[in-house]
Formats: sequence, C-alpha cells, structure tokens
Amino acid sequence: MQHVAVPHAQPQQRQFNPYSENGGTILAIAGANFSVIAGDTRQSEGYSIQTRYAPKVFRLTDKAVLATNGFAADGNMFVKKVRQRLEWYRHAHAKDMPLRAIARLIQTMLYARRFFPYYVYNILGGIEEDGSGAVYSFDPVGSYEREACRAAGAASSLVQPFLDNQIYFKNQTPAPGTTHPAHLPLSHVLSLVIDSFTSATERHIEVGDGLEIYVVLAKGSALQGLDAIQGLSELTTTDDGERMFVIRRNLKRD
Amino acid sequence: MASVFSPPGFDFSNQLRNNFMAQKGLPLPKATSTGTTIVGCLFDGGIVLGADTRATEGPIVADKNCEKIHYITESIRCCGAGTAADTEFTTALISSNMELHGLTTGRKPRVVTAMTMLKQMLFRYQGQVGAALVLGGVDSTGPHLFTIAPHGSTDKLPYVTMGSGSLAAMAVFESGWKANMSREAALQLVKDAIAAGIFNDLGSGSNIDACIITASHTEMLRNVEMPNQRVEKERQYGFRRGTTAWKTENVRSLIVNEEITLLGGGDEMDTT
Repeated sequence: MQHVAVPHAQPQQRQFNPYSENGGTILAIAGANFSVIAGDTRQSEGYSIQTRYAPKVFRLTDKAVLATNGFAADGNMFVKKVRQRLEWYRHAHAKDMPLRAIARLIQTMLYARRFFPYYVYNILGGIEEDGSGAVYSFDPVGSYEREACRAAGAASSLVQPFLDNQIYFKNQTPAPGTTHPAHLPLSHVLSLVIDSFTSATERHIEVGDGLEIYVVLAKGSALQGLDAIQGLSELTTTDDGERMFVIRRNLKRD
Repeated sequence: MASVFSPPGFDFSNQLRNNFMAQKGLPLPKATSTGTTIVGCLFDGGIVLGADTRATEGPIVADKNCEKIHYITESIRCCGAGTAADTEFTTALISSNMELHGLTTGRKPRVVTAMTMLKQMLFRYQGQVGAALVLGGVDSTGPHLFTIAPHGSTDKLPYVTMGSGSLAAMAVFESGWKANMSREAALQLVKDAIAAGIFNDLGSGSNIDACIITASHTEMLRNVEMPNQRVEKERQYGFRRGTTAWKTENVRSLIVNEEITLLGGGDEMDTT
C-alpha cells in the first residue's frame, strides 16, 4: 500500500519488543554442607515447544552453579558474561572466585543494565568458603538475598509455597517437645526437588520434558546416599575440593 | 419489579460497564479454555472422532481428564474446543433441541440439522460464544463430518482438526489419511493425530478419547490411550494430627434438648 502524506500528519510511534518468555522453572535448596540446584529442560514460546533439551542450570566453578530462567537468549548471554568475568578473576588471582563474591558480581552485572535489563531470574547455588551450602536468589535488576531455598520461573507460584511448607515448615506446628530441623539431609532434599518438578509438570503446561539436578558437596563431606540415586554422573575436576554431581531424569512430555 | 421487561437468552446489560472496567485495568476473570486438540475422520462405514483431555486456565492445567466429546444424539457426537462452558452449554442446548426435533418429526434427525442449528446459534452471537466444534455422525443420508468455527462458518471435509493442536494433528492427517480406510486404520490415525497434539502443543495433554460412529452402533472409547500417567511420588505427604495451629477451641453439643417417647409397650421389633 502506498503511504500518503496527510496535511496534518500525526507523529507515529514504531515499536519492537526485544524480549520473549521461554517458560520452565528452576529451584535451589541449601543444606548444611551441600547445595542442590535444579531446573527443567523444556524451552517454549506460547503453545509451542522450541526444544525439549535446553539446559537452564550451568556449572560456573568447582563450587558454584547458576540457574537462569525467563528469556532464554538473555539467560545464555548472561551466563556467558559471568563465566568470562570468572575467567578474568582466575587469571588475575590464580584461584576461583568465592561464592559470595560471585553473588555480588552478579548483582553489579544485573544492575549495570538497570534500564535495559537481562529478562532473567537467577538463582546461584554452591558452597561458601566456610563449607556451608548456600543459595542466592536475584531479581532481573540485581536485588539479591541469601536463602535456604528458592523457586523461580513459570511454576514458581506452585513450587515456592510447597517449599515454604516442607523446608521452612510454614503452617506446621511441631509435635510437643520437638523442634523443626534447620537443615534437611541430602536424600530428603532430592526427593522434595523431584516431587516439586513432577508436580509442576502435572499442573503447568510450560514445565516438563527433562530434569537436571546439580548437587555440590562441601569439601570432605560424605556421599550421603547420593551413589544410590539413579541417573547420577560426577562432574568433579579436582580430588581435594568440593564435589559436583548432576542427576538427569525424564519428565512428562505432554 | 415484575413489570420490568427482561428478554429471553443472554443478558448483555453489564457489557458497557465491563468494557469500561477492562479499560481501567480490571479485566474479566479468565474462563476455563479447552486449549485443545480435537479431530474427526471419515472412514469406510462411518466417522471417528477424537479429543485430548486437558483443560487449561492460561498456563495452568485446570482439569487433567475432562471429556470433550459431547453427546448430540445417539448417532451424532460433537467435539468442543474453545471456552469450556460455551462448548458444554451449546452442545447441550442443541442436543436437547435435536431430541425434540426427532420427537416432532418422528424421524432420526440428520447431522446437517445439528450443524445448521449450531451455526445459526453461533452466528447469532457474533463469535461471543467461543465454541469451535467438530461435528460428526451417521444418518439416513450416510456419514457426515463438519467443523463449526465460533463465528458460525462451517466446513464439510473427510478429515478435520480444531483447537490449538489443530496444526500438529492436521500434519498427521495430511501424511496418513486415505479414502475408504478401514475402521481400525481410521481409529489408529485419529489416535496418532491426537497424540501429535498432546506431545507438541502445550494447550493439549493427558489422555486420548475417541468415538466411533457407524450406522448401527456408536462406541464411545473414553481414555483409549493413557500415555501420560504420573510417576509415583518420592515421598508421602501426610501430616501429623495436631499440625494445624488453632487459637481457640469451642466444642458445642448439637443436641439442645432430647426427649425420648417410647411407643407401644413391649412389642418393639426384635433386633437381637
């Protein structure tokens, strides 16, 4: 169609939306001497599945794992840039960056894009310098907090209340003369993670296909029954530091 | 109040107010939609209809095993996609009218009759009744298969699909459909088409329903395939008695006053 100049032409606005939303859910739980970081592997847009296997959980160092959720392109680019900064740190200091420093780095990197943000929710999990399991969760512009557990993404509103009840024991009064434990054992945490994802798959259309669970064990801690888990493979690179594992499971594909 | 005239049918008196409220940022609650895969397929001696069983509310699964193949008459059935309530009420209304029609004419009503009643109703509501239908059945003139879009337009084809999974299902039909298929081959093709929707369209999921209609018999195959059974949970989530906290406890007897009057004397029923 031919564009005709109108005598009293109104200003015209053109728009381009660079963002999209790719579904999926991530989740992390910190234990006394371990950290578990998990995510499903479905990537979708609208009612279509783009791929059944797109990892959302990434190994950063021997003791740090980052899960990203939201706009997949931004998530992948953000992980790439964080890894680049961690490599520069290694070259400058001849050691891996501590977890709490990675958390602060991520905050500054996110806030640097305050007015054109990375459209992602990040959850960082790993082992602190004192050997404790840790989880840091971020909003897209860099507000962050250390927590015992956090769910983010499409089914976060389904999973987080379940975690509040089962990890923080919200709305549960302890039996007379007892108290709730501050940290749960690894096998218990893994079963909660698996149940969170199978349940989210049942009730959220964007969750499914595959599940990747990263487990980081503090230096010198026992396997705590991890060797009995099916679908386990070890990613540890050194024999005197933290140990890292990944558990891969199938989720429903409908 | 009785003197106020109220026309029959839907009440549109709140539409102006609701549009205004939506404009001010208070939209209507979202209706349950059967973001769906529904199909129909003609074969040698009849029709096979198919549907998935997932109902959604936005990205949330509202019902994991709903029924989308609705009864119209004994030898006419209708699959519904779109707003769940609209498909249910529309098919129920037309089913009722078809029954009356059969009674007044003394004949088995035809598929075109149901199709015409449905399209005229949907056209009257200008797409506001959000029902996308696949209508199939067998009558005195043979097997017939139609689609009816929410605005009232219809199609008569040997194989049809509708709903959000219609492209996935149609891909299967386009590659596998042949004229004069056997009943078994047609059922298998319908199952494959629905499965394509279930696994490739996020709006569709769970199980497969099918319905085979021939001149002499209608067979409803509820959950013919269940390819998405949930795996067993890792933990048991029972709660200890006394888990829920309470602020006050008040036990009240529901019997305020009880008086027993014995009837007769000594000749009560022996209940030993």
